[in-house]
Amino acid sequence: MTSATSTLSPTATAVGGDVPDYFALLKPRVMVLVIFTALVGMSVSHGHVPPAIGVISLFAIAVGAGASGCLNMWWDADIDAVMTRTADRPIPAGRITSGEALGFGLFLSVASVLVLGLAANWLSAALLAFTIVFYAVIYSMWLKRATAQNIVIGGAAGALPPVIGQAVVTGHVGIESLVLFAIIFIWTPPHFWALALIKAGEYARAGIPMMPNVAGPESTRRQIVWYSVFLAPLGLVPVAMGFGGLLYAVVGTVGGIGMVALSVRVLRNRTGEAEKKAAMGLFGFSILYLFALFSALLAEQSLGLFRAVVA
Amino acid sequence: MPLEPKIEYRPLTPEEEVRRRKRSVAIALALGAMVLLFFVLTIAKLGPQVLNRPL
Repeated sequence: MTSATSTLSPTATAVGGDVPDYFALLKPRVMVLVIFTALVGMSVSHGHVPPAIGVISLFAIAVGAGASGCLNMWWDADIDAVMTRTADRPIPAGRITSGEALGFGLFLSVASVLVLGLAANWLSAALLAFTIVFYAVIYSMWLKRATAQNIVIGGAAGALPPVIGQAVVTGHVGIESLVLFAIIFIWTPPHFWALALIKAGEYARAGIPMMPNVAGPESTRRQIVWYSVFLAPLGLVPVAMGFGGLLYAVVGTVGGIGMVALSVRVLRNRTGEAEKKAAMGLFGFSILYLFALFSALLAEQSLGLFRAVVA
Repeated sequence: MPLEPKIEYRPLTPEEEVRRRKRSVAIALALGAMVLLFFVLTIAKLGPQVLNRPL
């Protein structure tokens, strides 16, 4: 190769983005959430892994989640381009080509699954592979554009990291991580639909059948309340099962009441600024609620704060 | 015999060359990190005995 050819580029294609653009393809904020929930899944498991294996496993899970986010951005670039929240993502903004994103996502998907299999066990690797395929193929390519239940079913992908975390530590899937899976799964619809109520116009322009566009805002508000009413007691199941202690019970009770109260506020405020304020209030609180629940579990298990509520 | 599509090339701008250099450095660092990761993984899985073997 000559020095002349090394400084030439085909005019028809992009010449590649900055390093932060590739990092942005991995949805770093989602990766942090995945690391956190997988860590909690590991902490509630009865087992032990060497610290190096635990750290490498968490890293592989995070990269796998990032890879699925990258494949999602590759597939959804047309949608992202017409929504203000996502128009500046690297592909719609023209900083990275679709082909680059696809190659990057596929490479990281395979690499993360292989590393997790070699580091921990092949059950956790298979669960990670399932999560990536579920998010990138089942949710992004099919459900998202096909049904108003898209984020209900697709929420399974976001709920799986604690299950993978437990599989890393114990080599099997236990009831503790399945309860955490159920909490995230039921938490997802009220969380996303609160935002969808505000962004309904943008989703409609992009042709995405979110619940407010299909069933209407009224039905969506009622469903938000039902999910929250179901979520509040579900959030306390770890206490009943004995792996959530006093701190978790307090956080789960206060947070659950908050979720129901803010959902009812969304149901009652249907117009104007009050509607927007109520929906964004629930959206913000739902993030705080889930973070607080999982933080309480982690603190109890890893800092010795566990005080049994149920004998 | 089908004709090869003709691709026209242009020189990279100085800014694009800087971006490419940064990407190259990032790829090199990622490869180095991967080597380190597999080294740590080998030691953690097999223990230091992996180095104690007959020649």
